[in-house]
Amino acid sequence: MTTTRPTLILVGYGMVGHRFLEALAESGAAAGHRVVVLAEEPRPAYDRVALTSYFSGRTAEDLLLAEPGFTDRHGYELHLSSPVASVDRAAKTVTTGAGRTLRYDTLVLATGSYPFVPPVPGRDAEGCFVYRTIEDLEAIEAYAAGRRVGAVVGGGLLGLEAAGALKGLGLRTHVVEFAPRLMPVQVDDGGGEALRRTIEGMGVTVHTGVGTTAVEVSADGRAAAMAFTDGSRLETGLVVFSAGIRPRDQLARDCGLTVGERGGIAVDELCRTSDPDVYAIGECALAADGRVYGLVAPGYEMARTVARQLAGQSAQPFTGADLSTKLKLLGVDVASFGDAFGTTPGALDVVYADSRAGVYKKLVVTPEGALLGGILVGDAEAYAMLRPLAGTGSPLPVPAESLVLPAGLGAALPLGGAALPDEAVVCNCHGVTKGEVRAAVTGHACTTVPEVKACTKAGTGCGSCLKLLGTVVTDELAASGVEVDRGLCPCFGQSRAELYELVRVKRIPTHARLLAEHGRLGGRGAAGGEGCEVCKPAVASIIASLAPQLPVSGHILDGEQGALQDTNDHFLANLQRNGSYSVVPRIPGGEITPEKLIVIGEVARDFGLYTKITGGQRIDLFGARVDQLPEIWHRLVAAGFESGHAYGKSLRTVKSCVGSTWCRYGVQDSVAMAIRLELRYRGLRSPHKLKSAVSGCARECAEARGKDFGVIATSNGWNLYVGGNGGATPRHADLLAQDLDDDQLIRLTDRFLMFYIRTADRLERTSAWLERIEGGLDHVRAVVFEDSLGIAADLEAMMAHHVTDYQDEWAATLADPGRLARFVSFVNAPGVPDPSIRFTPERDQVKPDLAVLATEAGLLASLVRTPVLEGSR
Amino acid sequence: MTTATTTATAMAAATRTGPDRVELLSGGTWTPVCAWERLVPGRGVAVLLPDGRQAAVFRDSRDAVHAVANRDPFTGAYVLSRGLLGATPDGRVYVASPLLKQRFDLATGECLDDPAVRIEVHRVRPV
Ligand code: SRM
Ligand SMILES: Cc1cc2nc3c(=O)[nH]c(=O)nc-3n(C[C@H](O)[C@H](O)[C@H](O)COP(=O)(O)OP(=O)(O)OC[C@H]3O[C@@H](n4cnc5c(N)ncnc54)[C@H](O)[C@@H]3O)c2cc1C
Ligand code: SF4
Ligand code: FES
Repeated sequence: MTTTRPTLILVGYGMVGHRFLEALAESGAAAGHRVVVLAEEPRPAYDRVALTSYFSGRTAEDLLLAEPGFTDRHGYELHLSSPVASVDRAAKTVTTGAGRTLRYDTLVLATGSYPFVPPVPGRDAEGCFVYRTIEDLEAIEAYAAGRRVGAVVGGGLLGLEAAGALKGLGLRTHVVEFAPRLMPVQVDDGGGEALRRTIEGMGVTVHTGVGTTAVEVSADGRAAAMAFTDGSRLETGLVVFSAGIRPRDQLARDCGLTVGERGGIAVDELCRTSDPDVYAIGECALAADGRVYGLVAPGYEMARTVARQLAGQSAQPFTGADLSTKLKLLGVDVASFGDAFGTTPGALDVVYADSRAGVYKKLVVTPEGALLGGILVGDAEAYAMLRPLAGTGSPLPVPAESLVLPAGLGAALPLGGAALPDEAVVCNCHGVTKGEVRAAVTGHACTTVPEVKACTKAGTGCGSCLKLLGTVVTDELAASGVEVDRGLCPCFGQSRAELYELVRVKRIPTHARLLAEHGRLGGRGAAGGEGCEVCKPAVASIIASLAPQLPVSGHILDGEQGALQDTNDHFLANLQRNGSYSVVPRIPGGEITPEKLIVIGEVARDFGLYTKITGGQRIDLFGARVDQLPEIWHRLVAAGFESGHAYGKSLRTVKSCVGSTWCRYGVQDSVAMAIRLELRYRGLRSPHKLKSAVSGCARECAEARGKDFGVIATSNGWNLYVGGNGGATPRHADLLAQDLDDDQLIRLTDRFLMFYIRTADRLERTSAWLERIEGGLDHVRAVVFEDSLGIAADLEAMMAHHVTDYQDEWAATLADPGRLARFVSFVNAPGVPDPSIRFTPERDQVKPDLAVLATEAGLLASLVRTPVLEGSR
Repeated sequence: MTTATTTATAMAAATRTGPDRVELLSGGTWTPVCAWERLVPGRGVAVLLPDGRQAAVFRDSRDAVHAVANRDPFTGAYVLSRGLLGATPDGRVYVASPLLKQRFDLATGECLDDPAVRIEVHRVRPV
């Protein structure tokens, strides 16, 4: 029976091709066809929009659009690396480059576009690239190593993205744009000027109003310089052409389909070409409105249109699309939406420009005050709210002027999901309206943003709508009376971040008071104010982070704090499976003198401790009894060691690579920086442990991208990455800022860590926090880099407090008999060691004797020979 | 540092009017455990009994004392005295094992996370 199904061949498996396959499955048409996909690229469709994130650590696999098993599940036959070379419309066949011929009943062309390279001499030289595929990026990355200067031809959206990438690779970067301003298609002169200033401020050199006449090639065939129309030249070893794209319509041309005068496979409103059995969708198509769309959202609409026709359903004709975009280019927000250039008759502009801050905002309105469109550069916060309002005809809820003024100067933005009509499009990428989002909550019982994303696809494209999506979902949940318990534990209805604010603002110095004043059940309830094992350590950590401001003792074993700590913090060591403890002295940056190594060796030998190099570049000594901890630390402290906080939810280690001092590749002194960071943040109590690393060059031997905050040296300074994680759910850290000098790095890290401590949930690593918080990395960057909340000075002051108040917990404990009293095995027999802690030999060291723990009778029997209580009292 | 001083005074006052020490019933006799002020509310201490067994003695935040076996039945390690105290919303005071976090009701010895497991409860009194 399968042979009777009509064959559908899809040529090109890019972003739109993939959306088409999804829509085919959703519409039910997949089952009625044998679907064959012929793809030129060696891998399934990936997120080309996020291509640049490949340079900040997303792998090719991360970028894939389909979940594993997608093609199999729907019975699609996928052939990778199988470009179609020709189409025979009379025979209804396609032939691949490898010579294989397949018959089709329906053909869908989704071949996308190719980068246009202006016909200048030398453009084929080694060192000249385009920016479209993962392979392009791999080639650029490989070639950039060892080169110092890079240039991008084209100052449009993609050109600026490419420039950002070159800069990130450590090249001195130039952008050459033929038009008089950057991003000529999206922004006007004012916006282009703001953009230019900011980008130049970052060290990218911008040349506008000049064309490239040639790439000069050296004797060995490599690009060496560029020559320009104004007679100037620029020495550069690497050139990326990003001068626009052209539809890939050659197949269509060759088989006689109608193509547009300036390219693009001509289609009607239902995306049919001049042959009724052939469709064209995405960037290769010339839509019925006479345009070729170089954005992904219109392509997705076309994909849906065709899939529905093939399913025999009524299809929405594709008559044209919104060209709104919001981008982050080199860290600068740029957005344009609706009638951005004010071409509507009678349109008026409302403009705010602050060239010092690199901010430019223009709203285009009708004389009646309805929003038509706008351009936002440098501060595009309002984009997600404004875009859906543009063109709806309803007057703005507040005067347009107050919408362009900086936060604080204008009226408070009353715009939220609530201000939008149901038909307003919340997610432009997937064409999801507010009404559809609300329906997902009320009709499908989605209760979280991730569920709504999965259900409606909203927010799964460029992500610029996520914030708005979040407010619409929360509003709707609230309206339908759903209450989500975000409380920390049975004792507290607040989240950790909320408790942090309560402790901070009301200066509450104890868990008991916090529970009495803010606990569930009217404060005390049946539990009698005991609290639990979840809130005690969490509140202890909050109190420790805020100790200087409360004020309470900075020592975590003092007063009530001592009672709240988890057992590891309580004994300033890590509990092991047999009840013994491990000891980890701090070895900042992993650098250690031979004398100190000898002391560690001697201590380990004298106390019979199992010794191991940890995964964090330090040394762990295992098997200490509780009563031995003070003696061990007495010797370690005397030799200049201090607590490594291996037991705390606090800074662990800052790993380092050897860096420029010794390594032939190193460009900065990574060891010195690692030590500086480790000494600065040691002892800092946080929602979860904090790890860091510093690498001396892009080879990344310290694995900084796997850390909560990782630092990688560039020839211009340091790049700071945040939100990395090893462990069970590894995550590569995201680039927060680049080319920082030492002090900038410290300042930004101070702010980042304090902001995390202030807002994260209990046991939430920075990676999970960054994924969870509204606005994600962009929001964090806005707060710590641009000080969007105005709290940066506060965060810095708190860190300064931490740094001055730091004391070594072990030295302070040894100095205080009260604190030392707890370090006994038995309260009624202080001199007696715990007889259950025993060891057996293994590989010339010891390991816990677990046999003695198996039954209590076994332990008691083994004690008969040595009556333990004798003489102890 | 006003807050710290106030707390210290309050605790000193409580000590003056409170009990002197804590005793545990073992083999038919009340064995001394430690002075009352050695017990920190919400935490425990380990006690070596005359027969070589070990008990964990706790003082909760309402100053009631509890004692159970010190051995964590899930791992065999003698560590329950180092766990944190907590209370369920209906008021059962428990200790959470510091190793794998199972909770044990201090009044009955019952494991709240695995009803099949129960640990020994000792009688204990402040005097
Ligand atoms: C000792 C050490 C293993 C070793 O012998 O190398 C170790 C030992 C423990 N790790 Fe680890 N981790 C050690 C390096 C790591 C690393 C590698 C690194 O830091 O570069 C990782 C992956 C990196 C990361 O954290 O992102 C690592 C990821 C974890 C995780 C998973 C965290 C996550 O976010 O998924 C846990 C569990 C947790 O914290 O909840 C964990 C927890 C633990 C605990 C604390 C488990 C426990 O509660 O008993 C272990 C006790 C340590 C002890 O008793 O001293 N350990 N652990 C390493 C100590 C490094 C140091 O010098 O401080
Ligand atoms: C760096 C970068 C950033 C971008 N940022 C944005 C953004 O922020 N917002 C936005 O809306 N858009 C953005 N775009 C544009 C967006 O990626 C495209 O609009 C989208 O990929 C178009 O999808 P498509 O399927 O039509 O083409 P493509 O994704 O290019 O897919 C076409 C596929 O067809 C294959 N193919 C071509 N010819 C053949 C053949 N003969 N046989 C078999 N296979 C063939 C190609 O190899 C390719 O895999 C960006 C693009 C780039 C490169
Ligand atoms: S990261 Fe670079 S500087 Fe550091 S050791 Fe590796 S190669 Fe050398
Ligand atoms: S607008 Fe791009 S994901 Fe929603």
